[in-house]
Amino acid sequence: MPENRSETLARLVQPDRVHRSLYTDPAIFALEMERIFERTWIYVGHESQVKNPGDFVATRIGLKPVLLTRHSDGRVYVLHNQCAHRGAQVVADASGNAQEFRCCYHGWSYHTDGRIKNIPLRHGYSSRLDVSDPKLAMVQLPRVESYRGFVFASLAADGPPLKAFLGHIATSLDDMVDRAPDNEIEIAGGVFKHTYNGNWKLYLENLLDAAHPLFVHHSSIEAAKVQDDAVPSDGSGEIAIRQMRQNGASYGFWESQVGIWAYPNGHGYIGDYHDDAKLVAAMNDPVFRDYIAALEAKKGKAETKRVLELRRWNTNIYPNVSFMSQFQQFRVVHPIAVDRTVVYTYNFRLKGAPEKMFRNTIAFANVVNGTGSLVLTDDLETYDRIGAGVGSGGAEWLQIGRGLDTDIPDAHDGRRGKNSTSEVYLRNMFDAWLGYMTAGKAGLAAAAE
Amino acid sequence: MSTVANLAAGAAANAVADPREIEAFLTHEAALLDEARYDEWLALFTADAWYWVPSQVGQRDPFDTISLMYDDRRLLETRVRRLMQGVLHAQTPRSAASRQVTNVVILERQPGAALVRSKFTMAEYRRNAQRVFAGTYLHRLVRVDGGLKIASKRVNLVNCEAELEGLVVPF
Repeated sequence: MPENRSETLARLVQPDRVHRSLYTDPAIFALEMERIFERTWIYVGHESQVKNPGDFVATRIGLKPVLLTRHSDGRVYVLHNQCAHRGAQVVADASGNAQEFRCCYHGWSYHTDGRIKNIPLRHGYSSRLDVSDPKLAMVQLPRVESYRGFVFASLAADGPPLKAFLGHIATSLDDMVDRAPDNEIEIAGGVFKHTYNGNWKLYLENLLDAAHPLFVHHSSIEAAKVQDDAVPSDGSGEIAIRQMRQNGASYGFWESQVGIWAYPNGHGYIGDYHDDAKLVAAMNDPVFRDYIAALEAKKGKAETKRVLELRRWNTNIYPNVSFMSQFQQFRVVHPIAVDRTVVYTYNFRLKGAPEKMFRNTIAFANVVNGTGSLVLTDDLETYDRIGAGVGSGGAEWLQIGRGLDTDIPDAHDGRRGKNSTSEVYLRNMFDAWLGYMTAGKAGLAAAAE
Repeated sequence: MSTVANLAAGAAANAVADPREIEAFLTHEAALLDEARYDEWLALFTADAWYWVPSQVGQRDPFDTISLMYDDRRLLETRVRRLMQGVLHAQTPRSAASRQVTNVVILERQPGAALVRSKFTMAEYRRNAQRVFAGTYLHRLVRVDGGLKIASKRVNLVNCEAELEGLVVPF
């Protein structure tokens, strides 16, 4: 595969443009699965999904089906969901609780940490079958680490620890948890699973893109603008319509008042475009006042102020997470093929917050992440259109240069756009991409050019 | 007529009990949707109606669990207005759809109202691809000014828990 040598890969990523093959070439996609998804830390689930021994939840790392489990020793494990005998997928359910995992084919069973438990008709197998071989198992992933309940795993035995991988972006995960008066959150309220016919990178790119809403979301902005607010609402429509209207903020607002920050390893976040006056407090919502009171009772006034004034909109943890702390939204990106992606989006419940707060989270999820949302469906259409157009070859290169000459260094080895619509987040993701894809050799190759 | 007879006659006239009237209403609703006459579809709903497509089989509550669509009356109006926008990327090109409504059963009768269950299939064609949806409708129909209106409509899709491409056209 000479086209995938480091020097060639390096030529595909340039300061202000990337080659379209990054979105279309199945060989590059296969290499991404191997060199990105099978090497770095990948988010696999939240500890609240596996509270009790025997709890499990199925997910994927790249294209590999894995299980996040809680074993009787109280620890979480991530296992290949594959039988050591004939390779069948062992667990077919998306989640559940099990004493053991048993293969449907010949009944081999496994402990919930993956070790072999029983092999029926054991006497008939060859003496070469070594039941003490750790590979004769639902093989454990070599590295699993949790940060404040968020579980990440890596298929690579060696590499930087999770905290080093996260760096400054860990503060956005802190923000998810700190907003809970009891400092604990749990996944609740179901999961959206939406798909599109485009590359996985498009999703992460769009979530930090301040320049798209006025165009992509034109239809919902226009429809919401003229909505009569005297029409009955149970609260959910009110939240949805406020969100859509805010997407229609002026270009000047998007350009200058949002902010975009980028950090090592491809991570980044976009500043908030909602302040409380526009969204929650504008509803004069007694539930939100109760929430502030609960926060102050548990954390004190100063910490409550700090928590509520940290207003980040979407945070990306490259390469498979984009989340949003203010409304507890958490999206997990699953590449399926070079031109096919599935995104699972979850909600978190803030422990210690008023019960009714979660209604706002759900209403917000429906409009921002819903498969039938008035907003998201225009994003999905855009991904499909890129999927349909990018293979054309008419435009050989895709532009990522907006703001290139004006980006500003930021603390924590970061950089930020002078304007919120800078594509610094794209350049940052491709820097990480190239680093992973060439195992750090790209810089040398580029220098030699 | 006596007062009692008057009341009885009034109650009979208000009843939502005639299967032919209900089937004709559901067929009319499906035709309005097939023909993308969304403003006329919206006019079938009461002023405080809701429209709901749950995300989970047997979902009990639209407020503690996400929904593929959950619109109170205000959001339903916005949804319909968006569907009728000239610039609507997710419907460029537009879908064509065909709905069949059948197996109509009146589950509950109340004065001037009924809960009606029916089965539906909907084929949606767009951009060289066809999707087929199937499931159960639950309509709460009420008598208003002599005609029928939809007080609520719940759509249970058999594949509501699937990985799905975007849903724009209402069911």
